[in-house]
Amino acid sequence: MAAATDPRPWTPDQPIVQLIDVHKSFGTLEVLKGVSFDVKKGEVICIIGPSGSGKSTLIRCINALVPVTSGTILVENIEVADPKLDKLALRRKVGMVFQQYNLFPHKTALQNVMMAPIHVLHQDKGEVEERARALMKKVRLTGKEDSYPGELSGGQQQRVAIARSLAMRPDIMLFDEVTAALDPETVKEVLFTIRELAEDGMTCLLVTHEMNFARDVADHIYFTDHGVIVEHGPPASFFSAPSDPRTREFLSQVL
Amino acid sequence: MSTKNTQTSADAPLPVLLPFRIEPTRLGTPRLAPVHAVLIGAGLALLAGTAWAQADAAQLSPLDVIIKWAPLLLYGFAFNILISMIAMALGTGAGLGVGLGMLSENPLLARVCWALTQFFRNAPWLVLLFFVMFLVPFQITVFGVRIPLPDWVKATVGFSLPVMANVAEIVRGAVRSVPSTQWEAAESLAFTPRQTMWQIILPQCVKRMLPPWMNLYSLVTMATVQASIVGVSEMLTLTAQVHTAEGGRPELFAPLYGFALFCFFLYCYPIDRFTARLERRFHIR
Ligand SMILES: Nc1ncnc2c1ncn2[C@@H]1O[C@H](COP(=O)(O)OP(=O)(O)O)[C@@H](O)[C@H]1O
Ligand SMILES: [Mg+2]
Repeated sequence: MAAATDPRPWTPDQPIVQLIDVHKSFGTLEVLKGVSFDVKKGEVICIIGPSGSGKSTLIRCINALVPVTSGTILVENIEVADPKLDKLALRRKVGMVFQQYNLFPHKTALQNVMMAPIHVLHQDKGEVEERARALMKKVRLTGKEDSYPGELSGGQQQRVAIARSLAMRPDIMLFDEVTAALDPETVKEVLFTIRELAEDGMTCLLVTHEMNFARDVADHIYFTDHGVIVEHGPPASFFSAPSDPRTREFLSQVL
Repeated sequence: MSTKNTQTSADAPLPVLLPFRIEPTRLGTPRLAPVHAVLIGAGLALLAGTAWAQADAAQLSPLDVIIKWAPLLLYGFAFNILISMIAMALGTGAGLGVGLGMLSENPLLARVCWALTQFFRNAPWLVLLFFVMFLVPFQITVFGVRIPLPDWVKATVGFSLPVMANVAEIVRGAVRSVPSTQWEAAESLAFTPRQTMWQIILPQCVKRMLPPWMNLYSLVTMATVQASIVGVSEMLTLTAQVHTAEGGRPELFAPLYGFALFCFFLYCYPIDRFTARLERRFHIR
């Protein structure tokens, strides 16, 4: 384990995210019971599993929204569980998109995208606006810059949320069931945006129930149940020849 | 209340013990329409007319008395407005601080602010006014400079205390009503808690805070007449003095105090209507 105070400088050939025996309890409820995995730069990881198996908790530990109980999480060799961690520095590297979009309702779409770079990174407003408009174009929402979140559909709001995260120029993106609250029509738009991101080389960790998407886009699939990783593998073998009975049962229900 | 008024016979019910409470909000109460204002005005004019008809022809009519003294009475009313505005400004500033203090991570600060809020919210405004009048000296010395504190300044401070407590509660309630997911979203974008509060949470609260805040302002404006009890020359005090100066004629009582009522109504009623409009608009969104 790396010394917390003196992280080894990270080089792209090392895992960009590394979890080593991560445990997390809420009171007496043990939600994560020793989770370990590595993510390489540019990889797309899908985490699937039944509801309540700890997927959200796992992904939230990575940007320190949830403190771990024990174990090690390294993000570009920064120890996330270190009490002296500069959380803000970590969160500038790690973007996150939520199931319920969580846009700021009092700001327009463009302002939502611009806020963090201006207030957190203190970047030049003109330059940020230029970048924000480009991002709105990237998520195919040109023309919606001045709409308030309440005036946009779920799928549009979710794409604004993705653009808002990307505006911080993160190295890693976390997606927690970002299509679960959307109707089937708009799910496609959001998945398309994520797919483009993945093709551009962004490191993505997704919790998802979209099995076809996972099969197409993921480099590696992790199946969690009751706080442990039951099975994992590249999508081809994972979906065609699951070895664990729990995986087989889950897949038979969702496929 | 002066001691004279409280000398009741032993078997009579004590009026001070009757339940009395100023409600912080007037939500849901029937609202007056503009036609009521016209009716009240017409009623006052009628009252003044009939009262005069019964009176000595050598004396000024009630209407003439009001016209004669209107500049002075309106000056007094302006003083009520001034006190209400300063009290509201002071109380809002302090209340914002105390309200945010209640939400602080620091448990000691949160406790102290909570206690302050509870204390001043549940104390009768008049009692607070008395306390401030008698506890605060008539002047203070800051760095060798003597600053006199006239009665009206002390009264203003007295009113700002309950305003502070009520604003604190409004702020706390509004901040709590913003879903925690907003905090999470800001946190994951590397906002500090302070930035989140000022950039993201409080701006969303303004809409929710405005209607109760304006209700509170109406209440404060109407409460400023209590300053007459501690000798501030506001409208009610001046009305009583005018009545005395006109020989204390009984038929002047209703028109003079009716004029005061009318002024307060004309001032507070539009605020009330506007508040109701805002409430309706924000509920739709
Ligand atoms: N903040 C929390 N406090 C207490 N229990 C929690 C909290 N967050 C999640 N849990 C519990 O942890 C378990 C796993 O939750 P979660 O990580 O959201 O699962 P998933 O995303 O796989 O559905 C659930 O039983 C949930 O009730
Ligand atoms: Mg979840």
